[in-house]
Amino acid sequence: MKLTLKIWRQQGPHDAGRLVTYETDEVSPDMSFLEMLDGVNQRLILKGEEPVAFEHDCGEGICGSCSLVINGVPHGPERGIATCQLYMRRFSGGDMITIEPWRARAFPIVKDLVVDRSALDRLMQAGGYISVNTGGAVDGNVLLIGKEQAETAMDAASCIGCGACVAACKNASATLFVAAKIAHLSTVPQGKPERARRVAAMMEAMDREGFGVCGNQYECEAVCPKRISTRFIAMLNREYFRAGLVEASSSGEPDPLQAESY
Amino acid sequence: MMTLDSKIPPGPLETKWDRRRFTEKLVSPGNKRRLNIIVVGTGLAGASAASTLGQLGYQVKCFCAQDSPRRAHSIAAQGGINAAKNYQDDGDSVARLFYDTLKGGDFRSREANVYRLAQVSTQIIDQCVALGVPFAREYGGQLANRSFGGVQVARTFYCRGQTGQQLLLGAYSALCWQIERGQVTMHPRTEMLDLIVIDGHARGIVVRDLVTGQMTAHMAQAVVLATGGYGNVYYRSTNAGGCNVTATYRAWKQGAAFANPCFTQIHPTAIPPADTHQAKLTLMSESLRNDGRLWVPIAPADRRFPEEIPLSERDYFLERRYPRFGNLVPRDVASRAVKAMCDEGRGVGPGGHGVYLDFADVIERQGLEVVRERYGNLFEMYQRITSEDAYRVPMRIYPAPHYTMGGLWVDYNLMSTIPGLFVIGEANFADHGANRLGASSLMQGLADGYFILPYTMGHYLASAPPSSLAEEQRASCAAVERVTGRVATLLRGNGRRTAASFHLEVGKILWDHCGMARSRTGLTGALEAIPALREEFWRDVAVPGSGEAFNQELEYAGRVADFLEFAELLCHDALHREESCGAHFREEYQTTDGEPQRDDDRFAHVAAWEYRRNDSPVLHKEPLVFEFVQPTTRNYQ
Repeated sequence: MKLTLKIWRQQGPHDAGRLVTYETDEVSPDMSFLEMLDGVNQRLILKGEEPVAFEHDCGEGICGSCSLVINGVPHGPERGIATCQLYMRRFSGGDMITIEPWRARAFPIVKDLVVDRSALDRLMQAGGYISVNTGGAVDGNVLLIGKEQAETAMDAASCIGCGACVAACKNASATLFVAAKIAHLSTVPQGKPERARRVAAMMEAMDREGFGVCGNQYECEAVCPKRISTRFIAMLNREYFRAGLVEASSSGEPDPLQAESY
Repeated sequence: MMTLDSKIPPGPLETKWDRRRFTEKLVSPGNKRRLNIIVVGTGLAGASAASTLGQLGYQVKCFCAQDSPRRAHSIAAQGGINAAKNYQDDGDSVARLFYDTLKGGDFRSREANVYRLAQVSTQIIDQCVALGVPFAREYGGQLANRSFGGVQVARTFYCRGQTGQQLLLGAYSALCWQIERGQVTMHPRTEMLDLIVIDGHARGIVVRDLVTGQMTAHMAQAVVLATGGYGNVYYRSTNAGGCNVTATYRAWKQGAAFANPCFTQIHPTAIPPADTHQAKLTLMSESLRNDGRLWVPIAPADRRFPEEIPLSERDYFLERRYPRFGNLVPRDVASRAVKAMCDEGRGVGPGGHGVYLDFADVIERQGLEVVRERYGNLFEMYQRITSEDAYRVPMRIYPAPHYTMGGLWVDYNLMSTIPGLFVIGEANFADHGANRLGASSLMQGLADGYFILPYTMGHYLASAPPSSLAEEQRASCAAVERVTGRVATLLRGNGRRTAASFHLEVGKILWDHCGMARSRTGLTGALEAIPALREEFWRDVAVPGSGEAFNQELEYAGRVADFLEFAELLCHDALHREESCGAHFREEYQTTDGEPQRDDDRFAHVAAWEYRRNDSPVLHKEPLVFEFVQPTTRNYQ
């Protein structure tokens, strides 16, 4: 089929950038969206032009590299997938497709459709971990974790860190990203000792990195390739409130093995 | 002259590792602060090593080509991780995991390494749980297990179909902590392009900043390569687009031996390609073979829909040929059987490149919901790619290059033939022999990174000679110059063909002649075709743009250039190994019913290749001595 592509081209972070139109007619419905772009690039290279820069790696929706806004929607028209899992059979011959990068203050453009998402790594460095040393861990069955609890942790932990939630949010907030990590680590018993410190540190880092605040529009959930639920944002808010209580109390974080005191 | 000293501790198998840890020298905490270590790659092996070394007090510089360390290709591993926990009380033990892995590798790995791997496997699970990895649990709260190809116990721990992701995010979180503490300096979007060797010791690397194009030398007291495998040499594979051989290949050219490159695993269950240019093949997890049954029509070129073919006209070929293991035979056995069916003209789907993987029986027996819970995400993935609903019609699957058992040669301490250069994870050759069992790569990556390298590296650091600043200056300038010159040459091509077209072509040569079946004639032909293609590449490749900017095509062309050289090494190794073992199947060496014939008298060795400038690589052999286990014919019938 034949398509008209309007692709964002931008040499670097300080270049103005613009949409450039490309016609392509060698598209089969069984191709993935990224294979279609590869085809466009192969032809540009042979013409001596610079190919369109875009990110992709695993091709199966798990590494979180791919990051295209397709017709105004991060990861395109299909729910619950990353760009690399989008196939051309979703489109029809003659369609015009607009392709843009993630747009957020915290994600400066590197080139064309590639943005710098290192702010997400810095959020994780602020507190998205359990500080245990290698070696000396107790047997994995010592702390029992109920199936439902494990499933909830897994639902949250399946975030691939692509940043679509930020790109979809009108405030460019990373709340769903932070919420997923907070929910994961505060659901498993191993993460409980650092609960209060973790959530405070990650929320503070989110402000520092230039992400906006959550406006409860749920755009993030709608575009999330792993369908991370906004109920984790509710958990995040609860954890954040709880952290305030823990900080205010003189005894600090309660013993995680005792009954919940907050 | 290269010597291969495996440094395996003598004495009983069960205590080798304990004794080695005791006899190794240690580095005092005060000295660790002053020692720099470079870790290249942030997959399971690299991230776990960098975080653990940082925790121990070393100053670690960590590099990855992706925009974030969390995107390394370990993230895509689906099925699970093995450990000899015996939580199911089904007769598992360290000894059994050791034996299964050694046998699964067709007795082409070291006993001592594999035993140690089985020993530390149990610690890995505990460590991951401590890091918050949400493993699947039973209702009572205990860790759940499933079984995987090639074994008869359930020892595989998993996180739905995303085990690699969760284990990697665990290691990544540990790495984040060490970055926050200032113990690890992270360099994302940075590609290693050469190794710096001073007085025979690895002392640094040259990297290219992928955003600015700047070349920089980084120096250290030791270098760790955790840069993964080279499956993408076949062009079409289940690997991520960025996986490449460059780091290990450049180390080879600086003097590190490359071991068993021809041991490349072709995974039986990938989705068949839809188009000739398609590079990425999507894997369908091996766990599907627990419940799915492989079959083809008995009659060749049967073009009926699968549901129209009655049971009596179907051939459940794995169950027929291997009644004891059935659909759960190891990967190499399954892949070859699939190929045999397709070669007989009984393949299904476009071009006859495929066999059915059918879930009708388990759906009937246990219900749709059970199957949906177990494999829902995989069925969804399959439907998205093929637009077919595997709950109603059988999946079509076909083998695809997936994992490479070969890699840089390392001794028991995971050190290469260049002192100070350590190689871990898929990048080394060590533990899987000629074939890797399912759920063992995650185990090996984390074993190397969390529990083995951090011990063995101390011994080297405690006894390594220092190098002078002047020497470092000279060697790093020379290396930067070498790499810069190469990039400039890549940008000077005539621009007639894209790098991808060369990659596709060399991949096809390898797939046809050094894939699931190899022969002397085919390999000899490949060895003639590859140099000619390489010459054309350097003359005609089109690489637009500049070297001093973000240039993805330049990155890719550089990797293809290395594949074009490495492909030759792969064929040399396959040609030398005149036997069939594990994933390496030489057509000349098979029984009358098509089973592989191993030759322990002539080939019970690791083939370690040494680079020679302007000459064929030189073969060195490390004999494999089996003191504790008697190599047997690997029989899954």
